[in-house]
Amino acid sequence: MSLIAITEVKKRFGDNEVLKGISIDVAPGEVVAIIGKSGSGKSTLLRCINGLETIDEGSIVVAGAQFLPDEVHLKALRLKVGMIFQQFNLFPHLTAGGNVMLSQMVVKKTPKKDAEAVARKMLDRVGLAHKFDALPDELSGGQQQRVAIARALAMQPIALLCDEITSALDPELVAEVLAVVKELAAEGMTLVMVTHEMRFARDVCSRVVFMHQGRVHEIGAPEEVFANPRTPELRQFLGVQ
Amino acid sequence: MTYQFDFGWLIGSLPVLLKGIRITVQLILIGAVFGVALGIACAWVRTLGPKWLKPVVATYVELIRNTPFLIQLFFIFFGLPSLGIRMSELTAANLAMIVNLGAYSCEIIRAGIQATPRGQFEAGASLAMTPFQTFWHVVLVPALQRIWPALSSQIVMVMLGSAVVSQIAAEDLTFAANFIQSRNFRAFETYIVSTLIYLALAILLRQLLAGLGWMLFPRKASR
Repeated sequence: MSLIAITEVKKRFGDNEVLKGISIDVAPGEVVAIIGKSGSGKSTLLRCINGLETIDEGSIVVAGAQFLPDEVHLKALRLKVGMIFQQFNLFPHLTAGGNVMLSQMVVKKTPKKDAEAVARKMLDRVGLAHKFDALPDELSGGQQQRVAIARALAMQPIALLCDEITSALDPELVAEVLAVVKELAAEGMTLVMVTHEMRFARDVCSRVVFMHQGRVHEIGAPEEVFANPRTPELRQFLGVQ
Repeated sequence: MTYQFDFGWLIGSLPVLLKGIRITVQLILIGAVFGVALGIACAWVRTLGPKWLKPVVATYVELIRNTPFLIQLFFIFFGLPSLGIRMSELTAANLAMIVNLGAYSCEIIRAGIQATPRGQFEAGASLAMTPFQTFWHVVLVPALQRIWPALSSQIVMVMLGSAVVSQIAAEDLTFAANFIQSRNFRAFETYIVSTLIYLALAILLRQLLAGLGWMLFPRKASR
């Protein structure tokens, strides 16, 4: 039984078909890396799973929640999958703690006291318990991204989508974010991540999806995908002869 | 220059003057609170609101921004009674100021909302917030922070513009000044005094708005 079932998804922006029939099943606890050149549709696919983009054909089902573009279905879908963005997207007027508390109180109507307890727990989980009262402006990029992870976790999603979450970070800050993700993976969280961190994909992921021109070009365990790329496109992408 | 300045009338006219100040202050406080509230509502409609409401708000905003305040005031006070809608001078003055500030602040606040990075809306959505919840809890405060200086200026302008409500006999500071100088024939001194009071009120109002911004928007703890 797959947790995320993506079936024959097609997505067009005007005349430009960016997803040309994508089918991927993600099992609970799986960590899937999506790699590929820019423009291959990998970010669009991720955004479709969270309903940030509508799809033109096919279906996306997350733990029984069908993706339909109305508010009720979108909310149900988004309660199940959290998303973490390249640009962190923390709310600048709220403290780290406030960022983690807000959606619990607004969406789940959690009382403030309970939301705060959850927020402290989640910030502690990403190693930022001491930054509860800091504003996003006062945090480094790596810290901001960890707060964003805590914020997504506070909604208790069953899967997390990570959209190039280390691409906007200085090199020395990448490790601290990946360490948090690695820990989540070890705890059994289902992760789908678009990433350029090939070493991380190789070490942590259970499956790697190589996307090319809106299609799943290759899919498989990281050992085979990285060690024995079958297609010339993937060989070129990985820089191997 | 043989003009003899005389401020002796000041003491006797103090009660009239104070009443004028009180009414001007009252007008701008009520006008600012409800005008900005109306502006926020209209800015929401114009940026994120339901499609059918957009032309309604757009018409209101353009109508108000392209006609004189005095005419709007006259329309409300002298025009509406023909439709059976009658109100006191003060109510008419208040209403005119709210309607006027609502239109101008709508456009200022709209600019603040439109400058919001798309990622903020997406972050709100991905946390299962509805578009309105995202607007209210995520977008609004940073948007207001962005345009707070412009909005403050607009509020001060409406306060100064409120001088024309004396034309419908609302007993504001200008009405008081006109009244006093018609009794003491000391136009120069009377208008100097009222000018200084307006100046002081405007500076005070700016300080008040700056303080409000200081309370409303987050600041870094250090630096």
